[in-house]
Amino acid sequence: MNSEKKHLFDQPRNVHRLIWVFFVLCVLLLGVDLLFHRHLNFAEGVFPVEGWFGFYAIYGFVACVLLVLTATQMRKVLMRREDYYD
Amino acid sequence: MTSLHPAAFLLLGGLLLPVLPLTARRVALLLLPLAGFYNLLGYQVGDGQVGSLAGYELHWVRVDQLSLLFGYLFHLAAFLAALFSLHLRDRLQQATGFLYAGAAVGAVFAGDLIVLFIFWELLAISSVFQIWATQSARAIAAGTRYLLIHISSGLLLLVGTAWHYQQTGSLALGHLGIDSWATRLIFLGVGIKCAFPLLHSWLVDAYPESTPTGAVFLSSFTTKTAVYVLARSFAGTEFLLYIGAAMAMFPIFYAVIENDLRRVLGYSMINQIGFMVVGVGLGPGMGVNGAVAHAFNDVLFKGLLFMSMGAVLYRTGRINGSDLGGLYKSMPWTCGFCMVGAASISAFPLFSGFVSKSMVMQAAANEGHLVVWLLLLFASAGVFHHAGIKIPFFAFFAHDAGIRCREAPRNMLLAMGIGAALCIGIGSFPHYLYRLLPYPVAYEPYDATHIVLQLQLLFFSALAFVALKLTGIYPPELRSANIDVDWTYRKLLPGAARLCVQVGAPLWDGLIAWGKQQVFALIDQVRQYHGPTGVFARAWPISSSVLLVTIFLAVYLFVYLG
Repeated sequence: MNSEKKHLFDQPRNVHRLIWVFFVLCVLLLGVDLLFHRHLNFAEGVFPVEGWFGFYAIYGFVACVLLVLTATQMRKVLMRREDYYD
Repeated sequence: MTSLHPAAFLLLGGLLLPVLPLTARRVALLLLPLAGFYNLLGYQVGDGQVGSLAGYELHWVRVDQLSLLFGYLFHLAAFLAALFSLHLRDRLQQATGFLYAGAAVGAVFAGDLIVLFIFWELLAISSVFQIWATQSARAIAAGTRYLLIHISSGLLLLVGTAWHYQQTGSLALGHLGIDSWATRLIFLGVGIKCAFPLLHSWLVDAYPESTPTGAVFLSSFTTKTAVYVLARSFAGTEFLLYIGAAMAMFPIFYAVIENDLRRVLGYSMINQIGFMVVGVGLGPGMGVNGAVAHAFNDVLFKGLLFMSMGAVLYRTGRINGSDLGGLYKSMPWTCGFCMVGAASISAFPLFSGFVSKSMVMQAAANEGHLVVWLLLLFASAGVFHHAGIKIPFFAFFAHDAGIRCREAPRNMLLAMGIGAALCIGIGSFPHYLYRLLPYPVAYEPYDATHIVLQLQLLFFSALAFVALKLTGIYPPELRSANIDVDWTYRKLLPGAARLCVQVGAPLWDGLIAWGKQQVFALIDQVRQYHGPTGVFARAWPISSSVLLVTIFLAVYLFVYLG
């Protein structure tokens, strides 16, 4: 039945390639932090942490993990059947 | 000054469209916003139009940089929404859509609170048809709830206005602040339309029930008009910082677990308005500039996202993440446009969100609001997660749901294409937008630090998604409803009312029975004394009556003189 043409992500190989390219980009971006001195958003002394190596990368990663874990727990309280209101 | 009222063409369109035949209607749909835009170009900062009604002087038009920017924006949005809904044969949706857009334009050019109120109510009434037009029982109920809440918002505005006038003698729509109870009522009315936390549920309740094209209209006007009034009348109110931070934060948690992708967009809309509200709270200058610029961009990229999801809904009849997937095969263009919208809302460099969200963040940092800034940064990572990744991923990629449909109609593709081009255009050449802002801009979004840190934030947010997905921790899309504040008036209050009836009815019956018993007892007693055999039924001599009357008169005289 499958006479349809194969699409880009029907091949697991392509998906894996994409994910690897993405990992490499992440490492490169983190590496950029070592190469040059970022200027700070806040005034001197207010929030020096933002100048630490990888602050934004770590913050973004941790924020999203926390977000998903918390939201998953919220399901226990908030989730109802689809026709709950009907 | 020979220009017509800025909203004239859109409002006229709303009245004219229903009587035009199909082809003429389609031409009018496209030409009217353009004509309105051309008309608007005739206005300059400082222009105004005054009329009078019932002895009051009404400032129908007041033009300054802020109102002009929103005026241009709303005409642009009306054009895109009209193009997107060009294929419709439903006159009512198109006509009320134009009334709705016209009401929004009227509101942003209102020079006083009365004119604002008039357009505020028109905004509520005309917009509900985009929801009702779905015609399902669910949409009609949701639309009715929406209308009730928005009419209440208007009533708060009206009462606040009357009270404010009584206190100050002024109806001017200028800076109001929240120092008096009158302006606090106005603030609350605007807050409802702006979807402040706890007042937000109408948005995520009603928008996902609207028609595929209706959501595009809805996402453009209502909340942005409210942001405009906040920027005009409540700029610099510190309270807004905390409201805005809460708005940016809480919806992203809901968005992660929500299945209906247009409801996800509803939550992400509240999240984006949060950034604008914080910007307004930071006050005139960079804060308000950032808020207004972000409102401009949000209309475009949120409109684009709602268009792409509308196209998916239109072609497949499905909108739940659990039912979709693999659509990049059937709808590659829609998929591409959706990803442009996703990149814009996530604030990728070269896309529009990048040049406006960062203004708000930088303004917060300049003022030293560390906690608010950290919350906004969290929300920035979160928005990429739920709107930037989740929407395109579950609709167009993920597992192939086996849906094979046609690509979206050409008018939809064209509207999405223009929206996407504008998102990239503004993101790449922000100075054209900056020039329209109410305050001079001395901000350069494209410096190495900003680009690198933003990319780090986004890539590592995406890394979290990939990691959670690969490890199976990421919550699956489930057919479900998540309860929100609207639960209080959809379940709790009706339930409480039912409980009152259940418990109250027997109590009430008991009370009535007891009362009857008392009455009968009294009647028996009266009969005992006054009945045919009672003591009072005996014949009394006239002299005793006279005596009785005399005593009464004496008492009366005594009381009267005393």
